[in-house]
Amino acid sequence: MAAREPRTPLDPAPTSDGGLDADLRLSRGTFTLDVRLTCPPGEVLALLGPNGAGKTSVLRALAGLTPLSDGHVFLAGEDLTTTAVEHRPVGVVFQDYLLLPHLSALDNVAFGPRCQGAGRTEARRLAMELLEQMGLAEYASARPRRLSGGQAQRVALARALAVRPGLLLLDEPMAALDIGTRATVRSRLRHLVEGFEGATVLVTHDPLDAMVMADRIAVIEDGRLVQEGSPAEVARRPRTSYVARLVGLNLFRGEASGTTVTLEGEDGRGPVRVEAGDGHRGPALVAFPPRAVALYRESSGGSPRNAWRLTVAGVERFGDQVRVLLEGGLSLAADITPAALAELALTRGSEVWAVVKASEVECYPD
Amino acid sequence: MTAPTPRVGRGPSGNGTARVPWVLVLPALIGLLFLLLPLVGLLVRAPWATMGRRIVDPDVLTALWLSLSTSTAATLVSLVLGVPLAWSLARTEFPGRRLVRALVTVPLVIPPVVGGVALLLVLGRNGIVGQYLYSWFGLTLPFTPAAVVVAQVFVAMPFLVIGVEGALRGADRRYEEAAATLGAGRVTVFTRVTLPMILPGIGAGAVLCWARALGEFGATITFAGNFPGTTQTMPLAVYMAMQRDPEAAIVLSLVLLLVSLAVLATLRERWMSV
Repeated sequence: MAAREPRTPLDPAPTSDGGLDADLRLSRGTFTLDVRLTCPPGEVLALLGPNGAGKTSVLRALAGLTPLSDGHVFLAGEDLTTTAVEHRPVGVVFQDYLLLPHLSALDNVAFGPRCQGAGRTEARRLAMELLEQMGLAEYASARPRRLSGGQAQRVALARALAVRPGLLLLDEPMAALDIGTRATVRSRLRHLVEGFEGATVLVTHDPLDAMVMADRIAVIEDGRLVQEGSPAEVARRPRTSYVARLVGLNLFRGEASGTTVTLEGEDGRGPVRVEAGDGHRGPALVAFPPRAVALYRESSGGSPRNAWRLTVAGVERFGDQVRVLLEGGLSLAADITPAALAELALTRGSEVWAVVKASEVECYPD
Repeated sequence: MTAPTPRVGRGPSGNGTARVPWVLVLPALIGLLFLLLPLVGLLVRAPWATMGRRIVDPDVLTALWLSLSTSTAATLVSLVLGVPLAWSLARTEFPGRRLVRALVTVPLVIPPVVGGVALLLVLGRNGIVGQYLYSWFGLTLPFTPAAVVVAQVFVAMPFLVIGVEGALRGADRRYEEAAATLGAGRVTVFTRVTLPMILPGIGAGAVLCWARALGEFGATITFAGNFPGTTQTMPLAVYMAMQRDPEAAIVLSLVLLLVSLAVLATLRERWMSV
């Protein structure tokens, strides 16, 4: 149980900024993971992806809990690829927090410093300091089962930070919380994580967590990185149907020629053309929000250049709007008011004109 | 099954919860009776008039003390050896692990007398290991209180190992991983995380082990002999008394029963409150 000594970096890390640089490759049965991630210190990178995409594998590989079959993990210029879990300067907040049930909140936080060789008094002093920062001083002697979900989360965060990590990993930090408390806890967590100077990797399947907490988002599907960018970029220009669904956009893949993008029609009745706000050439993606779609019984022939005759496949409630799912040459969702729905008398199988202004359609290279 | 009228709906799926099937209740009652009746017999035939005097008989107290001290020592030895053994079986992969696990349970299934014979062959003065113990250290195990402990450990430790191994397999290993990310090495993880978390399992295993050691007869009498004051534990004393003075046997039995129940109840209370 010797204290961690900073090793002299024999291999300079490929990145110069000293944050996280990881190339993670491993295979387990039929699943293979091949993801390259970087995260500068002070930044929060969110790993977003559906269940089974490999998010947790990434996290476990970074923490050293799962060995890599190939690749590397550099942190602040230090090669951690083969470093054992207990010697990695990595703090982890686990999905169910995993606070040791037989220890008080204080001793849970003091556990790391104790393992690193600090004396009992010193470790407890540091733990108390952290709990105070988290606003949990009065819960220091409480056992984990007496804490609320939000409190347990902050104790887990304090515990992870107590080992003074260079990398903080958060595994679905909101998943164990009641829906009602998530918003408060999320903004509080964001505030606390902002004070952390190292790199932070947040694993989540909830786009809201990613949008609120992260500086950058990396989307993982089926063990591969499919998109990376700022939350605004990802929200505006999704690259896969999974991301598009998460951020609530209609997304199509086609071939651009100027502002006209030609898509392969989904009903087999020839190509469909989409007019976009900005021009591009070659393989392209087009995206527009469901609320930008207006529905008409009759063709109006006005200024909007996108008008498709589609069939209603389903209608569902969506907040205070109604989401109409349409199919035909294109499959898309349109959000309209309940009043509009009543006026149009739409039911499954009805035919409507879906109209979208070209200026609402985002077009970007594939 | 509309109205909840009693005694209606005799169909195969009707009113299932209200009526308990006699096919199950009858054997259950007979089974219960079978288990309780001998104990009642002990109470009924006990020589209550002379009980007070008989209980404080020095021979009874000597045997009782020997039984309690040896079975407690056997439990401690089993804890020291058995918990690491259980950990190895539950948490490591080595060739032949399944075979080892099967071997650990052998003392559970062989007759204790056979165990006693086997112990004698290995640890007796001319035994495979025993002859060296004697020639190198001048130690003779058989027919000493230490032999009682050895016999008890042999038959009782498997109970502890099986119980603790089950507890280890049932424990959530993610807590151990969490401790590892905090810088805990394998030994620290074991002592500060694994052990506290499986404590109830260890307790239950230790109680079973202790109770089995307390009741040990066959291996003890074969390996340790039957010498009052040194190796004659309560079960042996009961058996001997039965030959000449059945009333004394009843008294000894009741004392053993009472003490073991008292110990189990106290321990149980302890763990429930923790």
